[in-house]
Amino acid sequence: MTDVALPARAVPRRPRNRALAAFLRNRAAVAGAVVVLVFVAVAVLAPLLAPFDPLKTNFLLIRKAPSAAHWLGTDDLGRDILSRLLFGARASLLAGCISVAIALAIGVPVGLLSGYFGGWIDGVLSRVVEALLSCPFLVLAIALGAFLGPSLGNAMIAIGLSAMPIFARLTRGQVLAVKAEDYIAGARAIGLPDRWIVLRYVLPNALAPIVVQATLAIAGAIIAEASLSFLGLGQQPPAPSWGSMLNTAKNFLDQAPWMSISPGAAIFAAVLGFNLLGDGLRDALDPKEG
Amino acid sequence: MLSFIGRRLLLAIPTLVLVSVFTFSLQKLLPGDPVLTLAGEERSPEVLAMLRHKYHLDDPAPVQYLHWIGGVLHGDLGVSLKTDQPVVQMIGQKLPITIELALLAMAIALLLGIPAGVLAATRKGTAVDLGANVLALSGISVPPFWLGVLMILLFAVKLHWLPASGFAPLLEDPVQNLRTMLMPSLVIGAALSASLMRHTRGAMLAVLRADYIRTARAKGLLAPSVVLKHAFRNALVPIVTLTTLLFGELIGGAVLTEQVFTIPGFGKMIVDAVFTRDYAVVQGVVLCVACAFVLLNLLADVLYVVINPRLRVGA
Repeated sequence: MTDVALPARAVPRRPRNRALAAFLRNRAAVAGAVVVLVFVAVAVLAPLLAPFDPLKTNFLLIRKAPSAAHWLGTDDLGRDILSRLLFGARASLLAGCISVAIALAIGVPVGLLSGYFGGWIDGVLSRVVEALLSCPFLVLAIALGAFLGPSLGNAMIAIGLSAMPIFARLTRGQVLAVKAEDYIAGARAIGLPDRWIVLRYVLPNALAPIVVQATLAIAGAIIAEASLSFLGLGQQPPAPSWGSMLNTAKNFLDQAPWMSISPGAAIFAAVLGFNLLGDGLRDALDPKEG
Repeated sequence: MLSFIGRRLLLAIPTLVLVSVFTFSLQKLLPGDPVLTLAGEERSPEVLAMLRHKYHLDDPAPVQYLHWIGGVLHGDLGVSLKTDQPVVQMIGQKLPITIELALLAMAIALLLGIPAGVLAATRKGTAVDLGANVLALSGISVPPFWLGVLMILLFAVKLHWLPASGFAPLLEDPVQNLRTMLMPSLVIGAALSASLMRHTRGAMLAVLRADYIRTARAKGLLAPSVVLKHAFRNALVPIVTLTTLLFGELIGGAVLTEQVFTIPGFGKMIVDAVFTRDYAVVQGVVLCVACAFVLLNLLADVLYVVINPRLRVGA
């Protein structure tokens, strides 16, 4: 762009650009975005990056401390921890994104219906959401995961369903605020159909906090997947997942402490990245902050 | 005020009914027949039918629900499929351990989180604020079971200061009890104080921006008295509400840390029940936790009105 050559414009920048500028000025947020990008790249490129086969056991290399060949050491079956860590990013990323997608796919329509139509629809949906919210997230996810059976897919369903009510409640609140705006009354006055009003006007104007919450929810979902896998309810062996690696590692704290350091650090970094990104997005999108 | 509490109580009833329906329907998600697991080798049709009848598994679902909820209302959460012990009795045995853990963790959280939040808000933009924020963000991002593992590595494996396991009941051996409870309550307390710090800071910042604080400052009141007398008291409203709502995080934390430190509490009972497919226990636990949460929500709403006199009229 050749902004320099143009005369200074009196027109204020569009809100979206202002939000982007605010986001880029926030160093913590940019750091979060970088961590998230690295995390996604690792998950996608795991086969290219991993020095060894993550499933290949080697009984000559059981619980070897970090070395030049195995940077993060080997586990109780002689598998390379770095390779398992890189592949484990896939389970975490999948769990984070898919379970939040499930939560959004159910929660946002429920919130839209509830908030826009009000009345008995709102009454019924709100009670259901409240009942779901009244069970602590992790307990609900564990119970659902337990009853559905232990697997990564079921863990994602359980986490998604447990996170859903937050989105329903948030969307409903946003819709109630947007609904009071004049342009919605205008759209109604000229007889636009409800579906059109909701999708064209209400949803876009209610979206910013939902995006922020979704980012933070990915962080929560990654921890939840790791927690379920740590308890044995998520990714099943021998497939690598950070939570299940920690589950095994806790049996060898005396003999092989390195087994438990790196998977936890990886979870911590990924979650921190999404939390920084979410906080940054909130600060950038919320005009009240700052 | 009383009518407000009454209205909130009434609203809690449909929620509780729905919670019980959800809890009950959990078992319908279960793959496989619990009776088969229960019967073990003994799989003759008569034994299966007898077991089905014993646990009312041969009735239609709504009848099963009514039977179950009728029992629940009489304080009967059913019988553990594994130990044949009443679920209520099992919960009664395990709950005190987790309540002790929760109280210790909450004490740590309040002692760390609230002062840190107030300090960060009054020194917004300084190194103190930055440090508190970095710590709090790390606190909510660190997986609690990993923090537990790290603590065991440092304090138990390396330094031999604290035991990694070996829980003893409080009344039998208080010293050993506190030694085993210290690390787990620090783990949960760390996560809680992180949430608490962030919310305290937010609430304090919102109050410090308000006009009456500027007025108090303009009148020449000194900064500490403004902060403590005027700002903190008003920031307390959202903080108290949040503290009751941290219950969910507390239970989630207890489930994981009790597993790491092998503390035979409520959280460990949930996980054990999940693995032995003892769904009467899982149901009982979920129902208990959810009801407690609904009541705490109610308490939060009531406290909100009690602390904030402005809401009393017309609330």
